[in-house]
Amino acid sequence: MNAPIIDVQVTLSRWPFRRLPLDETPALVEALQSHGITQAWAGSFDALLHKDIASANARLVDECAKHGSGVLLPFGTVNPKLPDWEEDLRRCAEDYGMRGIRLHPNYHGYALDDPLFARLLQLATERKLIVQITTAMEDERMMHPLLQVKPVDVNPLVDLLPTVPGARIVLLNALRTVPAPILPKIIGAGEVYAEIASLEGVGGITNILQHMPAGRLLFGSHAPLFYLESALLKIKESPLTDEQLNGICRENAARVLAA
Amino acid sequence: MLNPPAEIWDLHTHLSGVPGRTPDEKMVNLLGFAERMGIAKQVVFMGMEFSYEPTPEKFRQENDEVLQALSHYHDRAFGFVYLNPKFEKESLDEFDRCVVNGPMVGIKLWVAEHCNAASLDPIIARAAAHKALVFQHTWIKITGNLPGESTPMELAELASRHPGAILICGHCGGDWELGIRAIRPHKNIYADLAGGDPTAGFTEMAVRELGVERVLFGSDAGGRSFASQLAKVYGARITDDDKRLILSGNLKRLLTPILEAKGVKV
Repeated sequence: MNAPIIDVQVTLSRWPFRRLPLDETPALVEALQSHGITQAWAGSFDALLHKDIASANARLVDECAKHGSGVLLPFGTVNPKLPDWEEDLRRCAEDYGMRGIRLHPNYHGYALDDPLFARLLQLATERKLIVQITTAMEDERMMHPLLQVKPVDVNPLVDLLPTVPGARIVLLNALRTVPAPILPKIIGAGEVYAEIASLEGVGGITNILQHMPAGRLLFGSHAPLFYLESALLKIKESPLTDEQLNGICRENAARVLAA
Repeated sequence: MLNPPAEIWDLHTHLSGVPGRTPDEKMVNLLGFAERMGIAKQVVFMGMEFSYEPTPEKFRQENDEVLQALSHYHDRAFGFVYLNPKFEKESLDEFDRCVVNGPMVGIKLWVAEHCNAASLDPIIARAAAHKALVFQHTWIKITGNLPGESTPMELAELASRHPGAILICGHCGGDWELGIRAIRPHKNIYADLAGGDPTAGFTEMAVRELGVERVLFGSDAGGRSFASQLAKVYGARITDDDKRLILSGNLKRLLTPILEAKGVKV
């Protein structure tokens, strides 16, 4: 794979439970660039647990500007369970000019059938923001005993998305948490995309393309929590056409961003 | 770094999860994906459908499936015999059939019995006598282990009783930050990197705490991708020499005595 890649899932700052080899932004950016990744959509680990999410978003923007080398696009987080969350959304869109936001419903304590989520999705869509929904950050079996977090149930999207025309949803780490047989229903509910970071099984991309169109699949690494090479090697493991490869690695994400 | 710095030997693969209706079809597909990823040799164990507590009839059937899968590929694959320690005599007989008198070179133990149970002792002693490797699945699940599922701490107990056996801690306990610590004092336990998420730092900690000679690459394909598991080595902040040992050097060293005893040149 020599063409430039867009990685729709990297995360800055500190994972709460261990230091990671690439958790300093310059090191992460260097690794991304060394593998031909020219754009990476970056959230913040701070957004998982910090109540002052406004400062987490401000630091994310600052970090991307200082150390992003033009590669990192900040995706701030909005927690609709916090008072005056609408102001966080406004800042993401107006003050920071973000292209999207990243949500963590399971860490923030709401389900996708919560009316708050419906309102957040509506407002974000009105502001032309991509909405990333992280369905899980790590394997549920090995979580810290004091912080066990269930994966996000994405089924409510099926009824919700037809009521929010124009919504663009990118599911993160969903290809482990959403069973393949129900994936067509979720993907088909609207403009819904998924990325490959947590996709598993031998020939994983070949397999998942039996359940969803290649035009909805994106390259995501989940670096630095995951080794960056995992996603890169997945596109080598499955035999793909040039059209599929280019779409997954770049063109699909570029299209989402341009919409 | 996306090109292998060394020949790759994969410690941990299965027929299950690979496309195909027969052992032969599954093996062809497994080897096809392995070849795309530059994997030269692989160890295969367990049959086309997994069984938590196999009867002797069932584990013999699964081993027959692996023997059939290997039959055309002895230059590219090795087998470990799947046993259930709850059936001691039948397990020892099956070891003799598949390892002593057959082509297999190790044992696979899964979740039928906790590995610190006394029922394992004759099996482990027989394996050590024949220089066969013993691969024990382990996991530490905060969500709860299966009834017979072993932990690395239990494997450490077994290792204390069998210092001459070569024991492999499958998945390194899944919760590898605990698993590595549990096996650290026992020099005859080796760490299998396979089967968990490609969480950054795993390989670096294993090398730091165990020494690189005790760390083995495995994929757990077809349930896992070769890609995510190779990334644990390719992406680790360790030397290329360390990567060579993990990707093949260590497994070659461990398998050499039994392979040479079978007349196989390594």
